[in-house]
Amino acid sequence: MKVKNGCAMCESKFSGYNDEHRVLKPLIRKNGNLVKASMKEAVEKAAKILAEANYPILYGWSSTSCEATRVGLELTEEVGGVIDNTAVVCHGPSLLSVQELGIPSCTLGQIRHRADLIIYWGSDPWSAHPRHIERYTAFSDGRFERSMWRGYLNKVKALIGRKKVESALRRLSLKKETEGSSASKSKVCPTISKVGRKLIVIDVRRTKTAEMADYFIQVEPNKDYELLQAFRTLIRDQEIDVDEVAGVPIEYLEEVADAMVRCSFGALFFGLGLTMSKGKLRNIDAALSLMRDLNMCTKFIIMPMRGHFNVTGANTVSTWQSGYPYAVDFSLGYPRYNPGETTVVDILLRKESDAALVVASDPVASFPRKAVEHLVENPLVVIDPHMNATAQMADVVFPSAFVGIEAEGTAYRMDHVPLPLKRVVAAPSGVLQDEEILWRILSKVRKIKKTEKTEEL
Amino acid sequence: MELLIKNGFVYDPLNGVKGEKMDIAIRDGKIVDKVNERKARKIDACWMVVMAGGVDIHSHIAGSKVNAGRLLRPEDHFKDFEGKTPVTRSGVGHSIPSTFTTGYRYARMGYTTVMDPAMPPLEAKHTHEEFNDIPIIDKASYPLLGDWWFVLEYLKEGRIEECARYVAWMITSTKGYAIKIVNPGGLEAWGFGHNVRSLDDQVPFFCVTPREIIRGLCKVNRLLNLPHTIHVHTNNLGRPGNYLTALETMKSVEDLATDDNPVIHITHCQFCAFKGDDWRTLESGAEEIANYVNSHSHVTLDMGQVIFTDTTTMTADGPFQYTLHELSGNKWVNHDVETETSAGIVPFRYRRKSYANAIQWSIGLELALLIEDPWRIFLTTDHPNGGPFTSYPKIITWLMSKKAREKALKRINARARSRSLLPSIDRELSLYEVAVVTRAGQAKALGLKNKGHLGVGADADIAIYNLNPEKTDPSRKFKAVRRAFKQAAYTIKGGKIVVKGGEVLEHVVGSTMWLDVHSSEPARITDEMKRRFKEYWTVEYENYPVTENYIEVSNPITVKARV
Repeated sequence: MKVKNGCAMCESKFSGYNDEHRVLKPLIRKNGNLVKASMKEAVEKAAKILAEANYPILYGWSSTSCEATRVGLELTEEVGGVIDNTAVVCHGPSLLSVQELGIPSCTLGQIRHRADLIIYWGSDPWSAHPRHIERYTAFSDGRFERSMWRGYLNKVKALIGRKKVESALRRLSLKKETEGSSASKSKVCPTISKVGRKLIVIDVRRTKTAEMADYFIQVEPNKDYELLQAFRTLIRDQEIDVDEVAGVPIEYLEEVADAMVRCSFGALFFGLGLTMSKGKLRNIDAALSLMRDLNMCTKFIIMPMRGHFNVTGANTVSTWQSGYPYAVDFSLGYPRYNPGETTVVDILLRKESDAALVVASDPVASFPRKAVEHLVENPLVVIDPHMNATAQMADVVFPSAFVGIEAEGTAYRMDHVPLPLKRVVAAPSGVLQDEEILWRILSKVRKIKKTEKTEEL
Repeated sequence: MELLIKNGFVYDPLNGVKGEKMDIAIRDGKIVDKVNERKARKIDACWMVVMAGGVDIHSHIAGSKVNAGRLLRPEDHFKDFEGKTPVTRSGVGHSIPSTFTTGYRYARMGYTTVMDPAMPPLEAKHTHEEFNDIPIIDKASYPLLGDWWFVLEYLKEGRIEECARYVAWMITSTKGYAIKIVNPGGLEAWGFGHNVRSLDDQVPFFCVTPREIIRGLCKVNRLLNLPHTIHVHTNNLGRPGNYLTALETMKSVEDLATDDNPVIHITHCQFCAFKGDDWRTLESGAEEIANYVNSHSHVTLDMGQVIFTDTTTMTADGPFQYTLHELSGNKWVNHDVETETSAGIVPFRYRRKSYANAIQWSIGLELALLIEDPWRIFLTTDHPNGGPFTSYPKIITWLMSKKAREKALKRINARARSRSLLPSIDRELSLYEVAVVTRAGQAKALGLKNKGHLGVGADADIAIYNLNPEKTDPSRKFKAVRRAFKQAAYTIKGGKIVVKGGEVLEHVVGSTMWLDVHSSEPARITDEMKRRFKEYWTVEYENYPVTENYIEVSNPITVKARV
């Protein structure tokens, strides 16, 4: 099999979807071991676990279709549990901040057509979103702005050349001199004099993307907040009385602030480097406030670089059905939302949940240890195509079809554009899609509840 | 199933029924001549008012913008929630309710058809996915076409027919219902943070003016034989002095009207009837607009009434929303959509003690009362921009009772009160006229053949209100009127009783109406077109249209175009 026109991640998904970790039959834990079971048996067990639980959590959703999330919300409401998606350990703080301040944003095409200044902050799209720069930002061709890839190509070539020369010089044991020259070079603040699209990267380390950038600012770890506030100060034409902020000399910041004000359409993309470093949502507050300031003098937009392919979709569906994007608690019969209380990690740390359903996610591998301990202590149902760490600790495992490869569905791109996902190959026989499995569990749960009620009467 | 509504006072303006006592028979979801009285289930509507189910021509209930509003405002949801019952789903929200709650609340007021007026074509799937989760009511959506690059380019070259073919393609492939134009030209300019200020300003980079866009699309609308007119949100909306722009907009298509049929709908007219130079000198331009509308037959309007409450403003008019954000300092969401449109959201509280807000409140009612023909002005709040749709009963009482108006007037800003035209207006709408402005007129303007009336063959969407027109004088007992319209005694949707006494009895799925426009020579999807598509959008041509599997209950309406 060959994958064409896809990025490295796409390729690995397509070539790895059917590897040896694939589950093909439902599994149920009996005497401590996971054994194969029939679909009916597994559905009954899963429904029993959820129907009997007082406060179950239903987690995951970001790597499946919106249709599945829709059923998931109905199921959560039925069992009176908490539904949460992976945003809780990802861009959750960004959402909190958006609720505080709002967000000026747009679809990615708008950036392709118009943006003449692109800033990546705390994210490395070259490695994490490989086609992002090429399709939507610096290397894309738009109506009003041209692609800058030729310039970058020359730059990369020059860089490679320079590195070769440097290593050659090192080999000739002239190390001392080159060190001296590079140190003296860094003292002069370079200017952003380029015409056309500009790419600026702000990060704690020199990432692959930073290598491509016209300007790179290396912020000290956990000092993003200071840096953002410094930018706000500079944009308002106020003086800063120190020589450097967050380890960056003021001249550099002035240069960037100037580019921000001068551009006609700027776009700032931020990743987990900003969301999950010290300060969390306060960092995003500062970034959004910076946007407010900038929009007074030019057009500027900001966008989080989302991770899972449909995390935006999970947030979207949850919002239209319940009013809240994640961490929705249905235990009182209506949607309740209080991040910190109704977020899954916090519930697990307080040891409040008594069962869990995990869909298309691997919390055992990504949650804090204490939270995982409580998660696996209680009955756990997993729906996933692969035998991941969470599935290995589960009581019931449902194999499911890969959305976008073996099953159709809808996903929302990170700019909220809905895209239909296609079915390319048939799922292995007996393997259902998430949506179907959830429907079966839901109808079984309803049956159990109905009989309970009649028994009570 | 057969159903018989007995002895109600029936108000059915489209069939000229003015409160006569009669029976309505229903079979298989349609209104029929008669049913077997012994077999049919009977509803005793004695001393009650029977009307067709309400129709809302303009209410933002679904789509990316509405949902961004929901996400933005958890504080809007905390205080207002509805729990799950054996038949209904739970939900939250005061000004932007979640999908299920939206459907239930409309149904409780006796509304059964609602039009969502702003769908970015690129994100049409989102709107339709939400529609599937809005129970009971039938709905449709208007794609935003006024700033679409294809339209701008064809209109610049004056290629109306070519433009019409692409508009037909767009409406059908996004499953839309009418042509929506928002701040024509202004949204494209907003792409770089600018705006247009008059009908004759050039749209940057496109060499076309708002006037040309409105006129062009008005012609396109006629060529395509669409059931509704162009649905226009004017330039300069929410800016003092803009009543002149509104008048200019109406005048710009005056010559395109043939016979007496309307060719333009000016939506939420309250927001574009401001006189004065700035917010301090703001005055009502309602009289001028009403005078114009009274002497011209090519325009329909809806109110966009303001309610004194906390609400969430959301329009596709990005520059206007930014101005509102600057003005109020409230949180702000902006969402531009490539090659098509933009959107903005700002929470806002209309205060009765604020001079400008009180004037706005007055303007909406003045418009509704000064425009003589109720078939040309409809009741809306531009939900949620002027206030949530749940306040319709309140507006009905203001329209029906001078006493109710005076009571509200007493409590508003004194300076606004002294400038309001309301004390000089004695008109009080009758129940018949209320039936026009809340259903019949709207259905007629939308070209919905089976909605808004109770004639044989119409959809059995019926609202029964607990109000005795023989005993209750709406002018004096306005509270009884408000109570009645707030909670329909019965709401019947497609022949099923879905609400009784304000309680939802059944969670039925409403249908999504859309236009299947057949043009004799459809837009050719050539390689050239696909290339352009690739250049303009960031999605593939194949992924763009909304396929029918996105619509749970599809109700296509076939339209034969003249091109």
